[in-house]
Amino acid sequence: MFDNLSDRLDSVFKKLKGHGTLTENNIEDGLKQVRLALLEADVNYKVAKNVISDIKARALGQEVMQSLTPGQQVIKIVNEEFTKMMGSTHQELSFAATGATSIMLVGLQGSGKTTTAGKLAHFLRKIGRKPYLVPVDVYRPAAIDQLTKLGKQMDVPVFASTTDMKPLKICQDAKLAARDLGCDTLLIDTAGRLHLDDTLMAELEDIKKGINPAETLLVADAMTGQDAVNIAGEFDKRLDISGFVLTKMDGDARGGAALSIKAVTGKPLKFIGVGEKNTALEPFHPDRMSSRILGMGDTLSFIEKA
Amino acid sequence: AKTRTVLNTDVTELFSSAKSIDDDLFDNLEERLVTSDLGIDITMDMMARIKKKSRGLSTADQLRQVLKDELLTLFHEPGPPAPSIPTPYVIMMVGVNGTGKTTTLGKLAMKYKAEGKKVLIAAADTFRAAAIEQVEIWARRAGADIVRHKEGADPAAVAYDAVEAGMARGADVVLIDTAGRLHTQKNLMEELKKIKRSVDKKYKGAPHDVMMVIDATTGQNALSQADIFHKAVGLTQMSVTKLDGTAKGGIVAAVSSTMKLPIAYIGVGEAIEDLQEFDAKRFIDALFDD
Ligand SMILES: Nc1nc2c(ncn2[C@@H]2O[C@H](COP(=O)(O)OP(=O)(O)OP(=O)(O)O)[C@@H](O)[C@H]2O)c(=O)[nH]1
Ligand SMILES: Nc1nc2c(ncn2[C@@H]2O[C@H](COP(=O)(O)OP(=O)(O)OP(=O)(O)O)[C@@H](O)[C@H]2O)c(=O)[nH]1
Ligand SMILES: [Mg+2]
Ligand SMILES: [Mg+2]
Repeated sequence: MFDNLSDRLDSVFKKLKGHGTLTENNIEDGLKQVRLALLEADVNYKVAKNVISDIKARALGQEVMQSLTPGQQVIKIVNEEFTKMMGSTHQELSFAATGATSIMLVGLQGSGKTTTAGKLAHFLRKIGRKPYLVPVDVYRPAAIDQLTKLGKQMDVPVFASTTDMKPLKICQDAKLAARDLGCDTLLIDTAGRLHLDDTLMAELEDIKKGINPAETLLVADAMTGQDAVNIAGEFDKRLDISGFVLTKMDGDARGGAALSIKAVTGKPLKFIGVGEKNTALEPFHPDRMSSRILGMGDTLSFIEKA
Repeated sequence: AKTRTVLNTDVTELFSSAKSIDDDLFDNLEERLVTSDLGIDITMDMMARIKKKSRGLSTADQLRQVLKDELLTLFHEPGPPAPSIPTPYVIMMVGVNGTGKTTTLGKLAMKYKAEGKKVLIAAADTFRAAAIEQVEIWARRAGADIVRHKEGADPAAVAYDAVEAGMARGADVVLIDTAGRLHTQKNLMEELKKIKRSVDKKYKGAPHDVMMVIDATTGQNALSQADIFHKAVGLTQMSVTKLDGTAKGGIVAAVSSTMKLPIAYIGVGEAIEDLQEFDAKRFIDALFDD
């Protein structure tokens, strides 16, 4: 469906054969192509605008390297800019210095919170921690069942929430139960909610205040479009999130939402979800994101080596 | 740099009668269309069309209707209703993970019950943890019958049994819930084809509708989703969920236009009554609400 950005750029820069200097005049058409690629990847309109102006500032006056075409040179700059934006290294989870750690998962309906809670339990156990799954979604039909089943699949203990309990009370009781069971990390699976639902957002604020989690992770869908900035902006404003998880990265979405969420919150993307199974979670590596967003696999690794 | 506020220009101001039609206005409109997730191709096409039609107009408020009329042409209207509705009428819900298939199915069950119809639900998501329990709760809420097998059972067998039961019990409507799956997963798309085939085997011509459920927060990927689902199981209509949020859901206009697929319903909340019939005019109006 999309022409590869590198082909497009090469045709734009046909005139600028061999090496030369990127100037105000010759770069404009190239940047237009980059902008289109960003928008096709669902990078937010305003975020794309800012990214383009940053890229332009960096590109102007640069000599085109011997080994690259001008188009490749632009992509190299774009790639470096993306990597800088996304953070240059993988960001580890934080844990409480003393006592049990709580990790709270928040986000819109259906983004993948419950599944991610299950995956994190698997991940945590592999790194030697003792996870405890805490179902706090007392609203969605069978949400507690869902997390309980995931726990059973992996033999990870699950707090016995019931739908008549108050979410904050569940968290507080679960903390005590975790201590009795010798679990050191609570995974708090909250109900999906809209960022503009004031009552439910206030509920999350109360839980956060009540349990003081080491991590408050926004779980977002990689297929999210332009609204990602509004969603992430609001969740971050109310909860001061510590990072985010991007799910459903096993599909063919280009995942521009990653860039938008990062731009709006400044918080790191910590994990990506790559399937429905408990094992389908990967720590996020920033250097791999730009080839995905730009929709180019091998071209980029060639340019990176230049 | 943190750009916390990413706000659109105020619409009333945008289309004010005091404002002339200039590049600034076109830029603002382009931004609005892109941020509604209409997609780049449709946005560019719309911009070209309204630029052409803007000749002869003088103020921004006149352009508003022109734009709305152009947007309206994107939506594919449903064809005329079939002369006779088969009973049971079988609808299969499909879509990627977490879009709202099960919830929409529950709402539909309620709608048909309220019309006095006998409804039967097939719990054919046998894969996701507690998917069966979830759809059972919806069946109970709506007062519909349900056919279920054990978790991990063959979903095609569940669908087959449900259609068989629907025919035997004189159900008016059979609603088939399927597991969410990414369109890129070939084996899962094959499984979906198999569900459809097994329904047809029991009841020639069924399912009569294959409804794709699309989440309004989805961006450009919805095009790829709809395309691949359509190739696999022949979509007949779609529904858009989560329009109660801030996402405009513009991508469904692109899907409707490129796939010639009508939109049947919209979801505007998590409760059983939060289902509305799709209305293109209202949908377009909402693109220009703040
Ligand atoms: N393919 C794929 N599917 C995923 C991934 N993460 C979650 N899912 C699926 O997405 C759907 C929704 O996941 P849930 O974990 O129930 O989402 P949630 O955010 O807890 O949903 P609510 O509690 O209703 O808000 C399910 O079908 C999951 O199996 C992923 O990384 N890849
Ligand atoms: N706000 C809002 N939430 C909705 C709407 N429709 C569904 N949801 C919520 O979205 C989440 C996912 O809905 P489901 O019906 O489980 O989605 P699904 O497509 O069946 O998910 P899988 O079977 O896991 O693929 C749930 O939390 C629903 O309550 C809607 O119109 N508005
Ligand atoms: Mg959940
Ligand atoms: Mg479902």
